[in-house]
Amino acid sequence: MEVFSTRRIMAIIAAASTIALGLSACSSGNTSDTSSSESKNATITVWADADHTAALKDVASSFTKSTGINVKVIQKDLGSVQKDLITQVPAGQGPDIAIGPNDWTGLLATDGVIQPIDLGDAQSDFEKVSIDAFNYQGKIYALPYSIENVALVRNTKLAPNAPTSWDDMVNTAKQANAKYPYLLQIGDQGDAYTMYPVQTSFGSSVFAQNSDGSYDAKNLTIGNEQGKAFASWLSEQAKEGILSTSITADIALSKFEAGESPYIITGPWNIPALKKAGLNVAVSAIPSAGGQPAQPFVGVNGFFLSSQTKNKIAATNFLTNYVGTEKVQEALYKAGGLPPALSSAFEKVAEDDFVKGFEEAGKTGVPMPNVTEMSAVWQSWNNAEVSIVNQQGDPTQIWDNMSGEIQKTINK
Amino acid sequence: MSKQENIQNKRKRMKKRIVSQVGNNVGANILPIVVKIVLLGMLDAMSLYGAFALLMQHKWVVLGLLLVGTGVINWIYWRSHGLAAKYLAPGIVLLLIFQLFAISYSAYIAFTNYGTGHNGTKEVAITALMQSSLVKKEDSPKYPLSVAKCGADYSFIVQDSEEQLLVGDNTQPLHHIDGTRNADGTIHSSQLQNCKVLNFSQILQDQSAIVSLSVPVSTNPNDGVLRTSDGQTASAYISTFRYDKSSDTMIDTKTHEQYRDNGTGAFVNDAGVALQPGWRVNVGFQNFIRLFTVKELQQPFLRVLLWTIEFSVLSVLTTFILGLFLAITLNDDRMKFRRLYRSILILPYAFPAFLSALVWAGMLNEKFGFINQVVFHGTEIPWLHAPTLAKIAVIVVNLWLGFPYMFLVCMGALQSIPHDLVEAATLDGASRWKIFRYITFPLLLVSVAPLLISSFAMNFNNFNLIYMLTAGGPVQTGSSMNIGSTDILISMVYKIAFVGANRDYGLASAFSIIIFLVVGLVSAISFKATKSLEELN
Repeated sequence: MEVFSTRRIMAIIAAASTIALGLSACSSGNTSDTSSSESKNATITVWADADHTAALKDVASSFTKSTGINVKVIQKDLGSVQKDLITQVPAGQGPDIAIGPNDWTGLLATDGVIQPIDLGDAQSDFEKVSIDAFNYQGKIYALPYSIENVALVRNTKLAPNAPTSWDDMVNTAKQANAKYPYLLQIGDQGDAYTMYPVQTSFGSSVFAQNSDGSYDAKNLTIGNEQGKAFASWLSEQAKEGILSTSITADIALSKFEAGESPYIITGPWNIPALKKAGLNVAVSAIPSAGGQPAQPFVGVNGFFLSSQTKNKIAATNFLTNYVGTEKVQEALYKAGGLPPALSSAFEKVAEDDFVKGFEEAGKTGVPMPNVTEMSAVWQSWNNAEVSIVNQQGDPTQIWDNMSGEIQKTINK
Repeated sequence: MSKQENIQNKRKRMKKRIVSQVGNNVGANILPIVVKIVLLGMLDAMSLYGAFALLMQHKWVVLGLLLVGTGVINWIYWRSHGLAAKYLAPGIVLLLIFQLFAISYSAYIAFTNYGTGHNGTKEVAITALMQSSLVKKEDSPKYPLSVAKCGADYSFIVQDSEEQLLVGDNTQPLHHIDGTRNADGTIHSSQLQNCKVLNFSQILQDQSAIVSLSVPVSTNPNDGVLRTSDGQTASAYISTFRYDKSSDTMIDTKTHEQYRDNGTGAFVNDAGVALQPGWRVNVGFQNFIRLFTVKELQQPFLRVLLWTIEFSVLSVLTTFILGLFLAITLNDDRMKFRRLYRSILILPYAFPAFLSALVWAGMLNEKFGFINQVVFHGTEIPWLHAPTLAKIAVIVVNLWLGFPYMFLVCMGALQSIPHDLVEAATLDGASRWKIFRYITFPLLLVSVAPLLISSFAMNFNNFNLIYMLTAGGPVQTGSSMNIGSTDILISMVYKIAFVGANRDYGLASAFSIIIFLVVGLVSAISFKATKSLEELN
């Protein structure tokens, strides 16, 4: 007797795959929102990235103990947090709270998926730059927890002391017989973010800043004379072979590790890799290339509150009375490695030499713009810097075109 | 015959049929029917579970589709006849879910203004507008707050700086009452007879109602309203906007300027200023019209369309020619180690394409890349920076990635061509070229042509390669859309939909529809042309 004829097997496979399809079809309908206000204990849902999920789960359990509010921490890829907030919050399926960097603020607010947070008096307990970073149209949209910015990282074997000036830095490199006086990543797509402290040292900024720390997107200042001076400098450095779009982030790091330059401008995220490579490094402020203070962009990470949350009271309590405390901010620092935004917690960890160096570089920093207009700026800005470095025309002309382009896009 | 008897008869007949069916199957084998019952049972259980979840969320359309779908699947597999349907059902379910749904959803989005600023429903937009229009009064103290339930409504009981108690609700402004407030929030007052002061966990039970409570500070609206966000303190806010439901307008509370819903998915004032966020509305053919008439869109679109076609055609041609050449070479019996060569040639195909593209991007680096350093002895050729060179680089890398596939299919096709045909031609005195030109090649095309068409369609949407190798670059300054020289339509769609803060899903979907039409049209024409090839046989 033929137990499994081919025909029968085929039929079974067909039936099985139909069922699998049925399963996949209805599983999408099963992701129901569990945070119902009717339940005995309120439950708030938090979306966090891989670095912070475990730390948040720890602190959440003690929050639950003291308030009875359950906290469900869901680990998500940071990239998909933004996308999913935009698509799922309007459908009523998003979280109550989500982690994210401050430059999302404009986009998320314009899409109506986050709401302002009332930090009350606690606002002054945070580093000012971290509050400014989440200020969008006069309102604070998140509770900040960490600060990051680029600084000058040096190989102490080649350059034992922090440079006193840009020329001092270049000279030290020359004496050390280094191939590059400093390393600054650009890549084919451009990197105006890492380049910004150098640009601001020429007195050139993107937008004017309002007195309350928010950006005035209507007042574009990038195309002024100082900007053009920076463009010319950029072109000269490229001609000398110091700057090149061939130097991507990876190449810059590997050249630094190989000792081809005593200095690299980079952020705290690269410190673990450098330590692992067995390098003795120290961090200090970025010297000024153009005479004015070098102001890096300060990126701030925080917790956003969903506009559609049904648990606003529970969520606000979790944020202001809990995540905003020294203990939790320190726990998040230990997990993520980025200096905390709460001043008291910040001072505690600032004893670490690396944190101190980045703090020093960030003292003059300006918040990473959070206005939606910024995306038009990034594209043209990066492209213009790439064109200048690749010597594809007169630098001031390229810079001028860029400014006109950005203005045109913003006016639209 | 009475009705009851009729039904009884029917039941009997049904029973008989089931018994005979089961009996037959038992005779053959019990296992398949058990497997069938288990699998269909699992499907039914899952869809029942899904149905309840959908029921709770009031998603009627999806619920209906799920139930109908499950019913149809059960019907198909429990029938004793209709074998064809049993084979076709999985494919059709697949087609419906993954193809038709995706296509019709894209088509639907293409007719909306879905994108940044038009993200959700009008209700979501109004909620967000009201939330962001609340401005805290700067001189307002932070009042310690107790929430009380008086009858069906909630009231705020706050303590002012002189430790006096004030009470108020949505309609009644704050007024003094006698009594004291303890540190834990409980209230002692003789004037709150029918009120129950809530503890924190009771507040949590009805958070939405309590956070939406706005208690006027006084009869003067300029003093603002008390609101709470943590349930323990309250502050005075002033709303810069008021939503008037009856006229469906947003009113600026200071200037009394009206922002109306003018049908474009936002509240707009007379000067044309729109409030953010707006909401998603149907905009008809506007996205398509923009695509062909707005200069900033139309120029890059046509340029990218042209390059996409060049890229796909050249990719297919180059990979096919190289693949065919290698297949003919390695098909020759005089060649030694043919198997080894064949295995090696398939390697680029076996390696994940996006990884290869990344490796190639590194090798083509102007200063430090392998190609310039080793092959060109340190000449700095801007492979990925100069527009034409970047296009050449993309085609060359795609040739590397794509030729093994063509090699494989040509190899198979060559081996299926009968040897006697070639022998007969040789006997007739045909030259090698003529044999290839008039016998081998046409016969080869019969089986390979459809694959060339599908390869064209695949390359038309070859997002991985472009994204990983050049990311569409280099971008010339002067293009405001960040569209580069090597961007193909699908990478352009990606940039419009997902890069930056001005996302336009509607426009991106319109682009996708165009891609679908182009690919569909080209495929249809080519398939028709290949039909004439088949007549050769």
